[in-house]
Amino acid sequence: MDLAGVALWLSETQGSIALHESLYMYTLIESIHVIGITLFVGSIAMVDLRLLGRAFSSTPVSEMTRRILPWTVAGFVIMAATGLLLFYAIPVRTYHSVWFRLKVVLFLIAAANIWFFHRRVQRDVEYWDRKQVPPRSARLAATISLVVWASVVVAGRMIAYNWADCDRPQPDWINWIAQCASYGG
Amino acid sequence: MVDLYALFESFEQTPIGDGIKQSVWIFPAIEAVHLLALALLGGAVLMLDLRLLGIGLTTQSPSVIERQTRPWLIGAVSVMIATGIPLFLSEALKLYDKEAFWVKMSALIVVLVYTFAVHGPFARRDPALGALSRTIAGVSIALWLMVAIAGRWIGFS
Repeated sequence: MDLAGVALWLSETQGSIALHESLYMYTLIESIHVIGITLFVGSIAMVDLRLLGRAFSSTPVSEMTRRILPWTVAGFVIMAATGLLLFYAIPVRTYHSVWFRLKVVLFLIAAANIWFFHRRVQRDVEYWDRKQVPPRSARLAATISLVVWASVVVAGRMIAYNWADCDRPQPDWINWIAQCASYGG
Repeated sequence: MVDLYALFESFEQTPIGDGIKQSVWIFPAIEAVHLLALALLGGAVLMLDLRLLGIGLTTQSPSVIERQTRPWLIGAVSVMIATGIPLFLSEALKLYDKEAFWVKMSALIVVLVYTFAVHGPFARRDPALGALSRTIAGVSIALWLMVAIAGRWIGFS
């Protein structure tokens, strides 16, 4: 079974139908998703602003990451758990959404940036921990983080709108990216 | 007595309200910026409230954190208002009938007064940790959550 088939199979499970048709559950999950985003993006933005030397410049970078990143992780858990449920409620349309696909690609870029930051940039943090403005590599990682996570939020918000959906006439490139040929199995 | 309904009706006729209604993508674009500012606002509020709860950047005094986050807080609130107004103008009549909209606006006024008249000045005096600082932080988080949740609910109800 290919991924489009998995999405179709998911959409026919009882849980998916129940979520999709519920009056308040979907709304509630989406509201919690937004709170998760606020916690996640808000806290990561504060750490990034520190890395850019734009806020908390008297606070050591290691203290920011030690005290604030656990909240980022908590935000991520809330966001991921509710995000999976939102996907589960509307699997076929979401799987074929160009915005959702863009969001997945952006996630991979963000993950690579986190890896780059922890493996390379943070390795010699003791040398610049108390510097008001951290070195260029740290500022680069912070800039990429801010831009990519902001793009994730924008792409995610756009999933809700239907102008690029497969069930409407679309230009060839959208049909190609969204794999509209396999829409609905 | 002002006829609020007629007033809201006239908001939708303004060039901004009408222009947004004519476009399929301007509303979502403004909404996305509104959401990004919400995240920034959440981050700035969280930094100070965690400190007042005794679990954030505890090596820094509350007044330092208040001073460090204030420009970002004011910036985020400004962007939210600047994007919220055109969103409102484009669908004022729809909002008139939505309870969530009135809940949000009432909570927003309360939280803005609270943040700039109570919460900020309290933090600037470098209060000791205790029941009072925790209550001040807890009320701040609760009020902002109410604004955000009522805001999200506008889109559903």
